[in-house]
Amino acid sequence: MSAPFSVVIPGSAAPDAPAPATPRNLPNRGGPANPSADALRAKFGGGIVRVEVIWGETSVYVDRTRLFDIVQWLHDDPAQRYDYLSDVTAVEYRDPEQPLEVVWHLRSLPFRRFLRLKVELARDGKTPLAVPSVWSVYKGADWLERECYDMFGIRFVGHPDLRRILMWEQYHEGFPLRKDFPLRGRFSRAEQLRQALAANPEARYSMEELTIAQAFEDLPEAMRTRLLGGERTGE
Amino acid sequence: MGLTARPSDNLARTDTNPGSGESWVATRLDFLVNWGRAGSLWPMPFGTACCAIEFMATAASRFDLARFGMERMSFSPRQADVLICAGRVPFKLAPVLRRIWQQMPQPKWCISMGACASSGGMFDNYAVVQGIDTIIPVDVYVPGCPPRPEGLLYGILMLQEKVKRERMSDTALRNEMDPDPKSGLYIPPQAIDELSEPFGNSVHQTRSGL
Repeated sequence: MSAPFSVVIPGSAAPDAPAPATPRNLPNRGGPANPSADALRAKFGGGIVRVEVIWGETSVYVDRTRLFDIVQWLHDDPAQRYDYLSDVTAVEYRDPEQPLEVVWHLRSLPFRRFLRLKVELARDGKTPLAVPSVWSVYKGADWLERECYDMFGIRFVGHPDLRRILMWEQYHEGFPLRKDFPLRGRFSRAEQLRQALAANPEARYSMEELTIAQAFEDLPEAMRTRLLGGERTGE
Repeated sequence: MGLTARPSDNLARTDTNPGSGESWVATRLDFLVNWGRAGSLWPMPFGTACCAIEFMATAASRFDLARFGMERMSFSPRQADVLICAGRVPFKLAPVLRRIWQQMPQPKWCISMGACASSGGMFDNYAVVQGIDTIIPVDVYVPGCPPRPEGLLYGILMLQEKVKRERMSDTALRNEMDPDPKSGLYIPPQAIDELSEPFGNSVHQTRSGL
């Protein structure tokens, strides 16, 4: 990994490239692909399922088992230098034949490149909804992967703290952005309300957050004693 | 209940004895208490969405909430009289709102500002509470999306009117009730389901029956 807080100047690795401008008259499909796609093919071969160029943006469909190596290489290779992970999300199509897709948006600031990685998870009941976590490469993936897990139920193997982030942790109606999830939830309004009100607001703060807080010394004596004794705040 | 002129039987009678330097006032005690309460309601702003922007405009100089005795925003519920819930409340925030309401000392009132706080508004989905009256008792509902500051002022004046009409002998206007110990709710669960069913814009969807 590069040193923390190193200054990255956009476009510094490709000084001869034309100045960035809004692309115009792009074809829906086809057109020049991101050069990283060919480099990935040469490097990983069978790990690359297919490459699509849509509206000038390159999507590389990769194999689930090779994903972590691919991301690691894209991040570390001096000819790629994808140093920014801007999004991790998932797509589910209404057509049940279509696989569920997990999407990574990578950006290379030195080369001014954008690359979209996709992993297809077949919905045949046998493929587990699990992909490798890229948290050890990009620390910013932490909350992105948690949100993706919260909304779609995709497990990111290797994530240090994979739990819900938008819904509360005891929420067990399901994963709200899945197509089989009813818009108004599975439970009745009164049941939803009863479960929501049963949550303890203090439990939002994890023990770790309270203990390392700058204000720990300012907490009431009783609370400090409880926290130091290892008591959990409610969950 | 609109804003109407109150009967004049609350007028205090004064009599001065010229030259003695003494004067006296006779009035009903609850009139005096209500007059004091209505003129010094301290709001606890609970702003979660765009309604809070209109609420801030109401508190700012152009509309000037201070004209009605709300000079001080009470950002601590323990020093507040009226909770103004401005904006949508997701289920994750429901226990927080309930906790804040329970921390307010009595007497206390609540204004539900805007369509989302009053009924869930357009957010008839899995994440948003369908009206904060399912969590806490509400005195005044202010419609609008968001309400204009005049609308909120009208609601506040209605609340003041309600406070002024209270009688110690009659708890009809202010009944400090506790939630049902079994369900933890202020209104029965069946009523919540019934109330939240016909509203909203989404198509009807079947539920698992829980």
